[in-house]
Amino acid sequence: MVKWSDFERATIQDIFSKIDKDVVGQAALSRCLIVYPWTQRYFGSFGNLYNAAAITSNPKVAAHGKVVIGGLEKALQNMDNIKQAYTDLSVLHSEKLQVDPDNFKLLADCLTIVVASNLGISFTPEVQAAFQKFLDVVVAALRKQYY
Amino acid sequence: MSLSAKDKAAVKAFWAKVSGQADAIGSDALSRMLVVYPQTKTYFAHWKDLSPGSAPVKKHGKTVMGGIADAVGKIDDISSGLLNLSELHAFTLRVDPTNFKILSHNILVVMAIMFPQDFTPEVHVALDKFLAAVSLALSEKYR
Repeated sequence: MVKWSDFERATIQDIFSKIDKDVVGQAALSRCLIVYPWTQRYFGSFGNLYNAAAITSNPKVAAHGKVVIGGLEKALQNMDNIKQAYTDLSVLHSEKLQVDPDNFKLLADCLTIVVASNLGISFTPEVQAAFQKFLDVVVAALRKQYY
Repeated sequence: MSLSAKDKAAVKAFWAKVSGQADAIGSDALSRMLVVYPQTKTYFAHWKDLSPGSAPVKKHGKTVMGGIADAVGKIDDISSGLLNLSELHAFTLRVDPTNFKILSHNILVVMAIMFPQDFTPEVHVALDKFLAAVSLALSEKYR
């Protein structure tokens, strides 16, 4: 079981209370699709992903960004048992969506960068460590039911 | 995933904007690496103080960014340009190459914090590719 310090719990709650959830999800997902273009393979039905401008203004990307943040909030609400809370999500990503789990880290890195730019200097090294630990746990939980 | 003309132009333009703060960028990136990825501290056991912004961290951040500046100048042939640095890392420092990715990530995080408007997704991809090319050049002589 993952052990969270008081600082980590408080910090992660604080981050989610401060960020603009509608913006961060969309920004992180579009950044992922732009910086790691092979990830576009999972979004064939999203229409125009032809260039950065198209991706950034794509409404399906924006909508899906919100879905992703919703998933993170589920982890936030179940911090002491993310693996269990994510069982169905993990099965979904493995069996239905068939996403290469290495891609989870790419999206996580984009989330870190977007949250960093959102929070500015208050995203201290210690806050970054807590946030990245949270994302590592989420990614591990998403990988858990694969094969 | 080699650097296109567009990537090189983006990196040079962004570097022109941020190079004035290179020392601060280096210090912050290194500080973050040591805190967020504590296993990297194993390379710096000989330093008195590994805390964020300490004197040795600041000094070394400056050194690292000097290397990055050099690479920007030699962007048309990074692997030949960084041969000496590669030999240093291969034979003397022997830094495991996975750590280049880690430091690169932290450089990008610092760019996002310090230059949120300029660090657009297009600049991000160009810089990510550039840092990957630098990392590859640094590990050129490893084996």
